[in-house]
Amino acid sequence: MLKEYKSIVNVSGPLMLVEGVEGVKYEELVEIRLEVGSVRSGRVLEVEGDQALVQVFEGTSGIDPRNTRVRFLGRGARMYLSEDILGKVFTGLGRPMTENDRIIAEKSLDINGSPINPFARDYPDEFIQTGISSIDGLNTLVRGQKLPIFSGSGLPHNKMAAQIARQSTVLGKKEEFAVVFVAIGITFEESQYFINDLRATGAINRSVIILNLADDPAIERIATPRVGLTCAEYLAFEKDMHVLVILTDMTNYCEALKEVSAARKEIPGRRGYPGYLYTDLATIYERAGRIKNKKGSITQIPILTMPEDDKTHPIPDLTGYITEGQIILSRSLHKKKLSPPVDVLPSLSRLKDKGIGEGKTREDHADTFNQLYASYARGKEVQELAVILGEAALTEMDKVYFKFAEEFENRYISQGEYENRTIEETLDLGWELLSVFPRGELKRIRDEYLDKYLEKYMEKEEGQK
Amino acid sequence: MAKIGKIIKVSGPLVVAENMSGSRMFDIVYVSDMRLMGEIIEFRGDKASIQVYEETSGIGVGEPVYPAGRPLNVELGPGIIESIYDGIQRPLDDIYNSSGNYISRGVTADPLDRSKKWEFKPLVKKGDSAAEGDYLGYVQETPLIKHYIMVPPGVKGKVKDIGEGLLAIEDTVAVLSGGEGDVDINMIQRWPVRRPRPYKNKKMPDIPLFTGQRVIDMFFPLAKGGTACVPGPFGSGKTVIQHQLAKWVDAEVIVYIGCGERGNEMTDVLMEFPGLVDPKSGEPLMKRTILIANTSNMPVAAREASVYTGITIAEYFRDMGYSVALMADSTSRWAEAMREISGRLEEMPGEEGYPAYLGARLASFYERAGMVECLGSADGRTGALSVIGAVSPPGGDLSDPVVQATLRVVKVFWSLEANLAYRRHFPAISWLNSYSLYNDSIKENVKKEVAEDYFDLQSDAMSMLEEESELEEIVRLVGLEALSGPDRIILLVSRMIREDFLHQNAFHDIDTYSSIEKQYRMIDVILYFYRQASDSLRMGAEIADVESMKVRDRIARMKYIPKEEIDRIDKIKNDIKAEFTELVEKPHLEE
Repeated sequence: MLKEYKSIVNVSGPLMLVEGVEGVKYEELVEIRLEVGSVRSGRVLEVEGDQALVQVFEGTSGIDPRNTRVRFLGRGARMYLSEDILGKVFTGLGRPMTENDRIIAEKSLDINGSPINPFARDYPDEFIQTGISSIDGLNTLVRGQKLPIFSGSGLPHNKMAAQIARQSTVLGKKEEFAVVFVAIGITFEESQYFINDLRATGAINRSVIILNLADDPAIERIATPRVGLTCAEYLAFEKDMHVLVILTDMTNYCEALKEVSAARKEIPGRRGYPGYLYTDLATIYERAGRIKNKKGSITQIPILTMPEDDKTHPIPDLTGYITEGQIILSRSLHKKKLSPPVDVLPSLSRLKDKGIGEGKTREDHADTFNQLYASYARGKEVQELAVILGEAALTEMDKVYFKFAEEFENRYISQGEYENRTIEETLDLGWELLSVFPRGELKRIRDEYLDKYLEKYMEKEEGQK
Repeated sequence: MAKIGKIIKVSGPLVVAENMSGSRMFDIVYVSDMRLMGEIIEFRGDKASIQVYEETSGIGVGEPVYPAGRPLNVELGPGIIESIYDGIQRPLDDIYNSSGNYISRGVTADPLDRSKKWEFKPLVKKGDSAAEGDYLGYVQETPLIKHYIMVPPGVKGKVKDIGEGLLAIEDTVAVLSGGEGDVDINMIQRWPVRRPRPYKNKKMPDIPLFTGQRVIDMFFPLAKGGTACVPGPFGSGKTVIQHQLAKWVDAEVIVYIGCGERGNEMTDVLMEFPGLVDPKSGEPLMKRTILIANTSNMPVAAREASVYTGITIAEYFRDMGYSVALMADSTSRWAEAMREISGRLEEMPGEEGYPAYLGARLASFYERAGMVECLGSADGRTGALSVIGAVSPPGGDLSDPVVQATLRVVKVFWSLEANLAYRRHFPAISWLNSYSLYNDSIKENVKKEVAEDYFDLQSDAMSMLEEESELEEIVRLVGLEALSGPDRIILLVSRMIREDFLHQNAFHDIDTYSSIEKQYRMIDVILYFYRQASDSLRMGAEIADVESMKVRDRIARMKYIPKEEIDRIDKIKNDIKAEFTELVEKPHLEE
């Protein structure tokens, strides 16, 4: 029989101090029964002597310190799982949303997971074709990668994430991705957009949806991504599925963490976020990956909105240090009506090098993307120069770069929301755009590929003339 | 014997226990009956604050704390090469075999394989006298490494007995009889990680440490026994540079510490290194490498320990007389671990919440690098330990306290710039902001080994790049057409230096490593082009013609010339000469 305590001495913000407790463990799950009969849950943040500091997930409003009863459950927060979670909706704490979402659990797992032994990891090198040129061609995504989208308020990150979820396939294999969609403090409309999209494509039957909406308790958000990732780990490593996890919006998660830290009166790090934000985010992002001898994989696409589009803000900054690259959306491209407005120069996929090339995509992939990057970067510089000096001041070659950068944005980066390009189409488009340059300018490409691929376009152009 | 303590507080990785008198500062303890390893970092009365190297969830007040009565040690001996350890020297491969895909708590495993037999070859005879640091014998641990068994520090005497043949590491290999009776010596040495291993004396680092990376070797070289730091924002290529150095640096032993970084990066090293071949010996690079992996999701306190574990292992090989290079990626995560523990101890914070002793800790870590005369009675052998630390400042801001504290001690600064990375100019080391203070000390040796005019070429190329940045300002204001011919030559040649020399593709089979001879010839060709171009301009050639010369394409491709054919680089000079002669003669014909 579990003991019940009525000895709450302090309540402040999301925290509660309980006195006279015995045998309480760090990180233990807590059940809080209010006078009116409702039940909340919490977890132990610190134990000292006979006092326990409890973080209440649903918030402390309405808690009467004298008449609220607290029970310590002797275990951490767990998620109950079986294969039936596919197609179901859960709350931010992992409870079924409606009666229809109840499942008969096969097992339960601690939502905090355990660190994967680096020796047990398998290196992610299987190319995922998302059908979006700016990702496939330039910032290639591979199975088991964590690739966040750095966005800003008002930018179409949801459309892009939905497009990735809809179109992603692995070349030559007919396996489909299971999708774990984790909504962290986003609005009803945003989450509904996703759910409708999953419904329209029939993907809903292989999706798990974890919902913590903007009007749900903020502190619950600390558990929400962990619940989603526990589902993903179960599906990937016990049920051999390839899982795509979309976490949106991580900024709200960090805000919740900041709130708890402030309530504990911890010494803040940069901009009021706790000093352990990096470590805490790592325990979420590092749960992506592949494991040796396991068929499944977890690919993560966290979305975060950068406050004031500032990449040096602690949330995008620390995220970038943990994740394997980032896709950055640009407001100026969005204003030019390019979709998806991917700012390719600062975007990066760290795992692309092992996921592309012969046998994966095509032999010329690495060289062409280096060349496209370098040429586009130079084109952008020329465009800046033209703003100051006027186009007349440009040399002949500069003008070619100028035009190239425009074409590249309009044809390569920009594509329709429902346009699904194969990797071949993306690579060929790259060659077509590069063919405006004389051969000597294409320094990043090996001669053999220039011979093999470039000539085709040169001839075509001459033919047109 | 110290008493068993009792936990009175648990807060994240910090546990406070009472009844701890009898233990010492920085002693190891085992927390609760799960026996989680921890280290004492503060005493107040008989209460000790303990940083726990494993996840503490489920630990509560009243549980026991068992003192181990010793500080945090590493085990040093044959079998250590090719290992992958976590921050407290638990072998991750053994843990994987014994407990599966996840690191569960309280698991233990011996850092070194006890059962494996090694072929021990003695180097001393019965009756010889041996003092600390002297070789007793060696085992051929890998084709690249002779693992010398040395007399441990503080021991000396006459060799009473010496073993030979197949022995396990715990077997006695030698007996020394000294003033205090006989001492049995086996192949394991234990050393507390926070104490630097002793040496006879330190020397000035005057031998260059070449890395095969052109921007580093040519412009900002490192010395054997030197220290360097690589700060930069995310995505600027810190890890790729660290990996490149681990692969190609001219050292005999590599210790790579992945401190609070990505799990997949360690996997990358683990999978890639066994397949890569050392350019000198032709053996797989893994045969000289030791990995310490404490990824970002592993417990914070062990991250703090991992850099010490790594450097102690590196010092051990230095003591054998090897040149050792240690890479720590990233020291910012180590500093953050210090900050977190300091915050939990409720210490008064310094800048950005980092503890006030941050600078002192960093300095004493980097000071463990150096070129030393090793312990040992006769031979006077030299060992070198070079340390290269990556720093990950928030937002790439170099005013970050970790960067500033690091720059105060290290002698080489490779500044990574996001702008270069966006243009895919890798390695994104800024040629304007970086520096190396070893240029002077290694001067004599480089002149002897590479070329007499090495430093002249370096300073010519460097001043051209500096001039380019000034000229670019002018171009921004008034346009390229306004520049004089010689200035445009400078712009042209500096672009060649940037794109054809400094830019180096880590993922290209040949370009990934450039021998110092190849680098020297490449920069020599580019500067030869510059001299020829300047001359031809004076003799009436048009700048536009120079800019569109065919030979530039050959210069651009010389980085892809394999090392067996580097003579081809010198031949480019003839082509340059020929094309310029043609150019200068052309206008005369028209007249």
